[in-house]
Amino acid sequence: MSAAAADIAGQPTTTSGRIVRFLTSWAGRITVFVVCVVWTVPTVGLLVSSFRPADEVRRTGWWTVLGDPDFTLQNYRDVLKSGPSGDMWTAFINSLTITVPAVVIPIAIAAFAAYAFAWMRFPGRQWLFIVVVGLLVVPLHLTLVPLLQAFTSGVDVFGVRVIPDLNLTGKYVSVWLAHTAFGLPLAVYLLYNYIGSLPRDIFEAARIDGADHFTIFWRLVLPLSVPALAAYAIFQFLWVWNDFLVATVFIGTSPDAAPMTVRLAQLVGSRGQDQHLLTAGAFLTMALPLVVFFSLQRYFVRGLLAGSVKG
Amino acid sequence: MSDLGEDIDRDGAPATPDDRIVAESPVAELAVVAAKAPGRWRGWVIAAAAVLAVVLLIVLGLTESAIAIAIGVGSAAVYFVAVNKIIDRFSDPVQDRLRPWAFVAPVLLFLFLFLLVPAIRTIYISLFDRNGDFIWFRNYTDMFSDDGMRIVFRNNLFWIVGVTTASTLFGLLMAVLADRVKHESLAKSLVFLPMAISFVGASVIWRFIYDSSRLADESQIGLLNAIWVGLGNDPVFWLLERPWNNFLLIVVMIWMQTGFAMVVLSSAIKGVPTELLEAARIDGANEWKVFRHVTLPSIAGTLAVVITTTIITVLKVFDIPRVMTGGRSETSVIANEMINAIGFGQQERAGALAVLLFVAVIPILIYNIRRFRREESMR
Repeated sequence: MSAAAADIAGQPTTTSGRIVRFLTSWAGRITVFVVCVVWTVPTVGLLVSSFRPADEVRRTGWWTVLGDPDFTLQNYRDVLKSGPSGDMWTAFINSLTITVPAVVIPIAIAAFAAYAFAWMRFPGRQWLFIVVVGLLVVPLHLTLVPLLQAFTSGVDVFGVRVIPDLNLTGKYVSVWLAHTAFGLPLAVYLLYNYIGSLPRDIFEAARIDGADHFTIFWRLVLPLSVPALAAYAIFQFLWVWNDFLVATVFIGTSPDAAPMTVRLAQLVGSRGQDQHLLTAGAFLTMALPLVVFFSLQRYFVRGLLAGSVKG
Repeated sequence: MSDLGEDIDRDGAPATPDDRIVAESPVAELAVVAAKAPGRWRGWVIAAAAVLAVVLLIVLGLTESAIAIAIGVGSAAVYFVAVNKIIDRFSDPVQDRLRPWAFVAPVLLFLFLFLLVPAIRTIYISLFDRNGDFIWFRNYTDMFSDDGMRIVFRNNLFWIVGVTTASTLFGLLMAVLADRVKHESLAKSLVFLPMAISFVGASVIWRFIYDSSRLADESQIGLLNAIWVGLGNDPVFWLLERPWNNFLLIVVMIWMQTGFAMVVLSSAIKGVPTELLEAARIDGANEWKVFRHVTLPSIAGTLAVVITTTIITVLKVFDIPRVMTGGRSETSVIANEMINAIGFGQQERAGALAVLLFVAVIPILIYNIRRFRREESMR
C-alpha cells in the first residue's frame, strides 16, 4: 500500500528525501521485528525451559541451551504423574469436564432466544432485549457472594426454604451453572446480531411455504448461523478454559474438580521442589488454547473481538 | 493541511464483529447447502452425532461432562419440542402470542436467577455488618479510610493508566507498522498469541523472567536479572521493589492486552478510505501528517472502544497479582482483595468491593452507551 502511495505522491527526488524514506521504512521494519521478538521471547523461554532437566532449570537460564543443548521429557512425565497436590492429567480432564458443558449449554438455550428477539414480534421485546444485553456489562464479581451462599447452604425466601442445602461448592455443577449464566448475555447478543442480519426474504419464503417458527429455526436459522455459533463457542471455550476466578471461588482447590488454572496456581505456591514442574504445567494449560488459536484463528479473532464487551 | 481532519466524516469505524462474520464465510455457504438438503434426515444425523459425541466423552473419561451435556442439552431439547407441541394445540392468534415467550423463557429465567438476583443481593449484603446489623455505607467508608486499601486503590489506578496507555500505543504502533511489512499476518499472530493464554499461565511465564532466586556470583535464571547483572549490577528482588513491582505486574497485562488493541485498530485503519489518504499525499503531506490528520481522526471512535474495553478488563484483574506476588509487597488490587474477603468469610466486605468495581465501571458504560446511540442515529 505504501508503495502505491509513493507512486502517486511521486518518488522523493532529493538525496535527503531518499535517505529519510529509507530510514522510515527500515525503522518501521525494525520496530515491528523488535516488538515481535519481545512479545515472543517469554513464551519461547517457557517452552525451552519445560524440556530442560530439572536441576539445570534451577541452575542456568534457558538461553544457555544454545551452547549446550540437553533436552528431556521428564518434567512432563512428572507433572502428569500424581504428585503431592494432585496431577495435571486429572486437572486437564477436570478442565475439559468443566468447559464442554459450559460452552454447549448456553448455545442450546441462547439460540432460541436470539431468534425470538430477532424475528418474532411480542410486547416488551425491545426492552427485554436491552435488559439481557445490558447484563453483559455486569461484572461477574457482583454475583459471586450470593451464588456461593446459595450453592453452599441453599436459599430462603421470606423464611421459606426454596433451594435446599445441596452443598454444590467443589462440584462441577456450580461452575457449569455460573458459566452458563455469565455466558448467556454475550451468546444472545452475538447470535441476535447474526440471525437478525439474515435476509428477510428467506423467512418470508419459508412462511409462505407454511413453515412455522420452530421449523424455520431448526431448518434454516441454525444451519445458517454456524459461523456465529463457532465464534461464540471459541470465545466461551477460551473464557471458561482460562478462567481462574469462578473456579477459585466455587471449586477451590479440591483435587477432584479443580481445573488446570487452579492446579497451576497451586504449583506456583509450592516453592522449591516443584519449580521445574511449573514450566511443563504452564505449557500444558496453554496447549489446547494454542491449538485452537492456530487452527481456527479467524473465528478466534472474531469471537474475541465480539466478546470484548463482556463485563 | 490543518483543516483536512475536519472534512472527514467519522464513519471510518470498523464494521462491527457481526458484519465481519457475514462478510466472508465459506462455512455459511456450506450451511446454505446443508439447509437446502432434504431436512428429513438432518435431525437424525445431528442426533447420531450427538450420541457419538457423548460416547466419545465417556471414553475419554469425561463421564460427568457427558452427563451434564446430555441433561443440559437434552432438557433444552425436550423443553423446546414439548412446549412447541403444546402451543400448537392453541388457536393461531394465541400461538403467535405464546411462542416467543416459550423461546426466550429459559434465557430470562437463567439470567434472572443467576445474574440479576445475585447482583441485587450483593448490593443488599454490602449494607450490613458481620453481625447482620444494617450499617448503611459503613463498609464503604471504612474502606476509604483504611491505609492498606488506599494502596490497593492506588494500584488499580496504576493498572488502569499503565495498561491502557501502553497496550493502546503498542497496539496502534503495530497496527500502523505491520501494514507495511512483508509478513504482516505472522507479525500480528505473534503479538496476538498471548491473548490465548490464561492469566495464570502468563503469570508463570513472567515469574521466570523476574526470577530472583540466584545470588550475585551465580548464573542467573531470570532473563531480567541476567540482563541487569550483565550490565554490571547486583541481582534485584524485582517483585519486592515497591512501588515498581506493580509496574512489573502491569507489564504482564500489557503483554496480553496489546494484541487486542492491535487487531481492532488494524481493522479500523484498513477501513480508512484510500482516496482520503491519497488526496492528502498528493497535497504534499508526509506520512506523519497523513497519520495525524487523516488516519487518527478516522479511527477515533475505534480508539475509544479499545480504551474503554481495556479499562473495564483491567479493573477486574486479580489473577496476575494473586499468582505472582499473592498481593503482598503492596501489589494487591480491588478484585484480589475481594477474593481474599470471600476466603476469610467476610461476605459483606467482599460484596462492598464488588459493588465498588461495578460503580467504577458505570461512567465508562454510560460513555459507551451514549457513543453507541450517537453512531446508531447517524446510520
